[in-house]
Amino acid sequence: MLDYGLIEMCLAIPAKVVNVRQDVACVDFGGGVQREVNVSLVDVKVGDYVLVHAGYAIQVLDEEDALETLQLWSQILESQV
Amino acid sequence: MSRKSDADVTAMSVESKRFRDPSLAKRVAQKIRETAASLGEVRICHVCGTHEWTITHFGLRSMLPENVEVVAGPGCPVCIVPASEIDEAVQLALKGVSITCFGDVLRVPGSHMSLLDAKAEGADVRVVYGVRDAVEIAKNEARKEFAFFAVGFETTSPSTAVELSSGSPGNLSFLVSHRLIPPAMKLLVEMEDLSLNGFIAPGHVSTVIGLKPYAAFPETYHMPVVVAGFEPLDVLFALHMVLKQLSERKPQLENEYVRAVRWEGNVKAQEMMKAVFDVEDGRWRGLGTIPSSRFKLRREYAEYDARLKYDLKVEGGVDLQPGCKCHLVVIGKVKPNECPLFMKACTPQKPVGACMVSSEGTCRIWAKTIKEK
Repeated sequence: MLDYGLIEMCLAIPAKVVNVRQDVACVDFGGGVQREVNVSLVDVKVGDYVLVHAGYAIQVLDEEDALETLQLWSQILESQV
Repeated sequence: MSRKSDADVTAMSVESKRFRDPSLAKRVAQKIRETAASLGEVRICHVCGTHEWTITHFGLRSMLPENVEVVAGPGCPVCIVPASEIDEAVQLALKGVSITCFGDVLRVPGSHMSLLDAKAEGADVRVVYGVRDAVEIAKNEARKEFAFFAVGFETTSPSTAVELSSGSPGNLSFLVSHRLIPPAMKLLVEMEDLSLNGFIAPGHVSTVIGLKPYAAFPETYHMPVVVAGFEPLDVLFALHMVLKQLSERKPQLENEYVRAVRWEGNVKAQEMMKAVFDVEDGRWRGLGTIPSSRFKLRREYAEYDARLKYDLKVEGGVDLQPGCKCHLVVIGKVKPNECPLFMKACTPQKPVGACMVSSEGTCRIWAKTIKEK
């Protein structure tokens, strides 16, 4: 279960969308933790990853952009100072 | 919910591991040392409690060269709620209105008492995970009057806006204490004795507001700004990006957290906030009044405004208890262990200042790390 005492207020947690019913989606935080969240702030479909904050999905995560981050890092490490 | 959840998400776990790869961290640290070698003393400020947690928990400061200091700005949304607004919530609670709030707010000191003290005196104060729970509780107990204490930065305020615009129950009002981050960053830049050289901008606030609100910092103040994610490598790379800008003397706005932050931010969330809130000057605990830094409910939502509905009147407010250095900790001017009360009169069990109360507070994070080590 979620520990209410440990909710950090600027933290958002990634979760995978399992199903969507209008403004409410069931999302999977991993490790068997599923919860209903409000998705009225984002456009999502099943299988998307969303950032969840205080029960609301605030943004959709982009897998391609995650790869882009790793590429950006490689560039930095290879660049000359 | 622990922060480990980030790594637990099955399909994301491989990625998370890559974002925490120690060998990569060492290589970035080397790169940081090389880049910083050409620079004098550098102070980089972040404005997010979760960034402070990442930095402290993973010991990132120890990986930085001596001339690079990372300081924590006012990034804890609970720590900066002024005593006067805690007093308003306490006043409501003692009037018999049931208060729903985030757990972190419970022990934040007001001028005379916290919400937890009010609860101990018999007031009905309940912790919720989010505003949705506050709505459900009010619906289920339709005969009672409820007020939701809406604190938080731009990460949290869209959720308040969603519930208000979709028609909250009539027995639920809102004590809105939302604050905006960019105006606080402007205050820091304009404090001459703070001498900051760059910002790590908060990732989750930025998922909502996008990059544009930070554009003035490089343009007007020649201050590098890099929006960063929350894995240790995110923070290290963002620090490197700031240092590189400084060494090239080309301050600009960059986005390290591309997997979650887009230039335009979350437009739906922005529109919803605009429809529900007006911006006004707001007081921040220990920092005084910051222009255009606080949300208040628009006139159309006046019936939901707890301040109007219950005619709340609170004068002044005592933000700092004697000896407390929270006002200097939240601007990164004083480190928690430089406060005479830290871990003596002020501990996580018996906090004196707001920075020791919230799990996002710099003093609380430092105290926890000391305990773990």
